[in-house]
Amino acid sequence: MTNLTLTIISKQGEVEVIVPQGATVMDAIKAAEQQVPHFCYHKRLSIAGNCRMCLVEVEGAPKPVASCHWPANDGMRVNLDSETTINARKGTMELLLANHPLDCPICDQGGECELQDQAVAFGSDRSQFQEMKRAVDDKEIGAKIKTVMTRCIHCMRCVRFATEIAGVEEFGATGRGVDTQVGTYVEEALQSELAGNMIDLCPVGALTNKPYAFTARPWELQHTDSIDVMDGVGTHIRVDHRAGKVMRIVPRECDAINEEWMSDTARFSWDALSTNRLTTPMVRKNGKLTACGWPEAFKKIEQSLKKVGRDKIAGLAGDLHCAEDYYAFNAFMKETLKTDNVDARGDGACVDSTNHAAYIMHTPLADIEKADAVLLIGTNPRHEAPLLNVRLRCLVQSGIPIAMVGEEVDLTYKYKLLGDNPQVLEDIANSKNSFGKILQKAEKPLIILGSNVLTRPDAKAVLFSAASLAEGIGAVTENWRGFNVLQRMAGRVAALDMAVHPVAGGLETKGILKALSENKLDVLFQYGDIEVPCEMLQSTATKIYIGIHLTEQAQTADVMLPAAAYTEKNGLWTNIEGRVQEAKAAVQPPLQAKEDWKIFRALSAELGKPLPFNNQAQLRQAIVDICAIYNEPNMLVQPEWERPGKAGKMKDTPFTLPVTVENYYQTNEILRASNTMVACQAEILEKRKVEEAA
Amino acid sequence: MTTVAITPMNEQQHTGQTPKTLGLNLVWDKAEKAKVKSVLAKYPKGRERSATIPLLKLAQDKCGGWLPVDAMQLVADTVNEPYIRVYEVATFYTMFNLKPVGKFHVQVCTNCACLIRGSDGVTKAVKDIAGVDSSGATSKDGTFTFTEVECLGACVAAPMMQIGTHYFTHLTEEKTKDILNHLKEGGDPLKYADTPNAASDPLHNGDYEEHV
Repeated sequence: MTNLTLTIISKQGEVEVIVPQGATVMDAIKAAEQQVPHFCYHKRLSIAGNCRMCLVEVEGAPKPVASCHWPANDGMRVNLDSETTINARKGTMELLLANHPLDCPICDQGGECELQDQAVAFGSDRSQFQEMKRAVDDKEIGAKIKTVMTRCIHCMRCVRFATEIAGVEEFGATGRGVDTQVGTYVEEALQSELAGNMIDLCPVGALTNKPYAFTARPWELQHTDSIDVMDGVGTHIRVDHRAGKVMRIVPRECDAINEEWMSDTARFSWDALSTNRLTTPMVRKNGKLTACGWPEAFKKIEQSLKKVGRDKIAGLAGDLHCAEDYYAFNAFMKETLKTDNVDARGDGACVDSTNHAAYIMHTPLADIEKADAVLLIGTNPRHEAPLLNVRLRCLVQSGIPIAMVGEEVDLTYKYKLLGDNPQVLEDIANSKNSFGKILQKAEKPLIILGSNVLTRPDAKAVLFSAASLAEGIGAVTENWRGFNVLQRMAGRVAALDMAVHPVAGGLETKGILKALSENKLDVLFQYGDIEVPCEMLQSTATKIYIGIHLTEQAQTADVMLPAAAYTEKNGLWTNIEGRVQEAKAAVQPPLQAKEDWKIFRALSAELGKPLPFNNQAQLRQAIVDICAIYNEPNMLVQPEWERPGKAGKMKDTPFTLPVTVENYYQTNEILRASNTMVACQAEILEKRKVEEAA
Repeated sequence: MTTVAITPMNEQQHTGQTPKTLGLNLVWDKAEKAKVKSVLAKYPKGRERSATIPLLKLAQDKCGGWLPVDAMQLVADTVNEPYIRVYEVATFYTMFNLKPVGKFHVQVCTNCACLIRGSDGVTKAVKDIAGVDSSGATSKDGTFTFTEVECLGACVAAPMMQIGTHYFTHLTEEKTKDILNHLKEGGDPLKYADTPNAASDPLHNGDYEEHV
């Protein structure tokens, strides 16, 4: 491949840049560290060239050229600040503004609007346009996105995003000329778990955040960098807050994890952070939960623990906690209360902290694009980790073969369904199956095993068989790790790293639930919601619930302690790759709620056996002592390979999926408390009903 | 070819900004299936979407001269494309009617050549006979839909209009009235229909009938 040399001429002088063959003029301008205004161009989408804002003068060319799609040529001289270029921009801007309403004061995009900024920088101060402006009817596309289509400048970024990235071809441009409209034509809610990204992509105020509408202005907001916890991907997010209240959540750019996308559950669930929260400790008096102070709640707990044998105490933890919280909870149960009946694997997964390789993704997310054959086992990446699915979709579109063993679901791309039960794995391993041969031939095969597989009765055998298959096809070598277990919950990897499970013969989740139903337990500490029906947690035991929302499971408690949500505490979160990332506290916990680890520390002191840490630094040191990777957040450490699972007989019961499109927006307590998410779920169920009727 | 009956009810449902499916459950009939097959055969495998426009034309004929959303969806299913890709095509081309049209779709050219040669009189005659006052309107009895269109490529015989698939050229206000009255009474359109002078159609050299 040859290199091309171009000269970029600007006010600062002439700069020579070298770009590879196939680069565009825009690439060359960027290489020269110069800017060129643009709307339709976006580095992660295909090139459209329809806004004409990036026109520049190329010496020798008869007309200004659109730099975003004009191929760079050797010896080209590009003039960024010539009169022709400036006039071309002015003209384009005048045309864009011809039909754009002057409603910036009532537009939510105001202050962070590309059109606004570029009109000031490159536009003219007057227009020759004397005719009427056109008006376009707004489209109703669901509970997430508000549309004001008169503001649309037809850059088609949203259309390209829906088609290329989200994989839901429902958006398009209908009509022609001045009648062009962007929308779905036939009115329908956009059925995508990534639709919110169109809000970020829209350079004007045509698509804006519906639940955020008219609540804040961008210049009033304070920003805090954080990590999303609605799925296990660990999306980098920015929490925007004002006066101690979270106003919205937007993604941050991170090429290694989320590129610049974000799932809708992460984006639109912030209203739950101030809805139905536990704000004060409560104890049950005369059968009714009554607000009280921390001392009274602690006293009640102390009383209930008196003269209770340690095997009569148990602890269950949910999936929305960070490493510090899991560590503190685990230490509180095991050291202060001296019980081993503690488990954070509410779904009954068969993996534990002894083999790190058994519960994380070995392939870094950014390396997924290198794979040349993919096998999914009992998983639905579209709804378990939407941003992983985006990468898989990219892979599939470049022609990489992909197959699935498990339940058939819509993944937005075509895949080969090989069967629905573990027996198929043996066929693949023996190359009886044609896909087995493809995997054998592949240099970088990728296997993704859904976390729900780990909850099967024959989980260990399936895990073993999948891992052996991975070894057999060369997915576990020095240069390539293609064996992955996909966790769908944000806290699970950290919980396993912190060993929040029995280590000395205590009861596991299943045992605890059984003991509860037989009324063999006296005290139950429940830390967040567990993914089991509420009835299974009913018993005569005194239940202490530590959590953030007044959920159905919280309401059965005898003592409730209010904790902090993910935006309210500094915490270390571990994503599906096993990457530790730090989230910063954006706002204070509401009213009397406290950070989780402080609750356990205070309670342990009340019970006379204080935990050995007094601040977060000491707590983190204690974590590093048991798990060294927590010393260096953001680093990715390749774990030692140790074949997980145990050889055994696999049953032929089909794989099932816990998360599908029917419950995707309601998969944890934060989502269940969010009005926006409830509305999104209702929309999908409504559409299903209509489809079934038809 | 089966024709779907379009009642005024359908039309009402189809006006306004948000088109809806009418629940027609359209399928290609036997003759149409053969046609679909021959159209698809013109394009390489995997490029079925190239057949969108000819199939939309076929669907428009099937539905009495217009395209309900259902017909577009039928085409999309046939070429195996998302619905929106077909909506985009159908709404882009003015030859596809998104609203029901009358029995005779009268398209009068009002571009330069026709305008200079007197298309105003033709327009006036059509409006008078059909009893409509604007482009795109259908007469009350559903006989005529009048549309002003851009150049139809028969400037040499201006002014002209197209009714259905027939061209009517060298018009005057009187001649237009005669033609429309003739059609209204159920006359054969071929009595007046013609093709532009031989000079404008060198390929067929005026042998219109042979090449229809």
